[in-house]
Amino acid sequence: MSHDHSLNPETMPHEPEKATLEGKNKFIGFWFFLGGETVLFASLFGTYLALHNSTAGGPAGNELFGLELVFVMTILLLTSSLTSVYAIYHMKNNDFGKMTLWFIITIILGFGFVGCELYEFHHYITEYGFTFRSSAFGSAFYALLGFHGGHVTFGLFWMITLLIRNARRGLNLYNAPKFYIWSLYWHFIDVVWVFIFTVVYLMGKVG
Amino acid sequence: MTENTGSNKIDSFHKKKNKEEMQKQLISFALMIVFTILAFVVVATGMMDKMLVIPILLILAIVQVAFQFYYFMHMKHEGHEMASAMIYGGIWAAILAVAGLSTIVWW
Repeated sequence: MSHDHSLNPETMPHEPEKATLEGKNKFIGFWFFLGGETVLFASLFGTYLALHNSTAGGPAGNELFGLELVFVMTILLLTSSLTSVYAIYHMKNNDFGKMTLWFIITIILGFGFVGCELYEFHHYITEYGFTFRSSAFGSAFYALLGFHGGHVTFGLFWMITLLIRNARRGLNLYNAPKFYIWSLYWHFIDVVWVFIFTVVYLMGKVG
Repeated sequence: MTENTGSNKIDSFHKKKNKEEMQKQLISFALMIVFTILAFVVVATGMMDKMLVIPILLILAIVQVAFQFYYFMHMKHEGHEMASAMIYGGIWAAILAVAGLSTIVWW
């Protein structure tokens, strides 16, 4: 196995994710992408805020939402954000094994989150008949939550792909930016979730 | 330093730096958990007036997100000028989008 960009541990630089031009470009490009994602989610939040009282006689937010499940989902996603911080910490110390382990823990927590969200949607649909087509509120709710859940799911398969593809490569300057960028994506997903649980669930419960 | 004789030859200065960084991130995680619990408790107990609760919730969320950006995503480190420009640009457009869409219902 030969790697074009691999460096042995003695010469691993301080910030492996930005040591190459490709890494630097990915870093800038990804922050640009996150700026765009901010606007995407803002448009969905704005739509939700505009339409969350348009229930068309169907169930309203404060009848539907259960804070217990939302709290569990919040803790799952917040903890997975911390475990990916741990993974990047081990990446900076050039410890590929521990980095992989913490990314696997992150993925498990992420699947826990998606599982809770699917249960939640299933519960709304079967118990309340609350679907995407129920009302303007339903459309805005599922569009916002679905976009976020879709991002989480995409992130999970992205990381699984990265782990499988690089399992035998070890850490090098070619794949360090890939792992780092994924951690940025994962933190950003948590940022969006902070606003979802605040604006949709907590403010929905208050009224 | 024993740290330097391990299988991974990262110099002890950076290893120590990384460790300090990690401790800060752990503290910010603890604070984020506290803010989250606070937000849920305020709503679940219904202890405050609606007009007071919503600003408190929004402030808690913004502080949490700031921790996420500056500590977890390393935006407080140098070399993040472009990253800050992108994100603050995004936030600016986001505020306009939310303000525009949510005020439509008033007219």
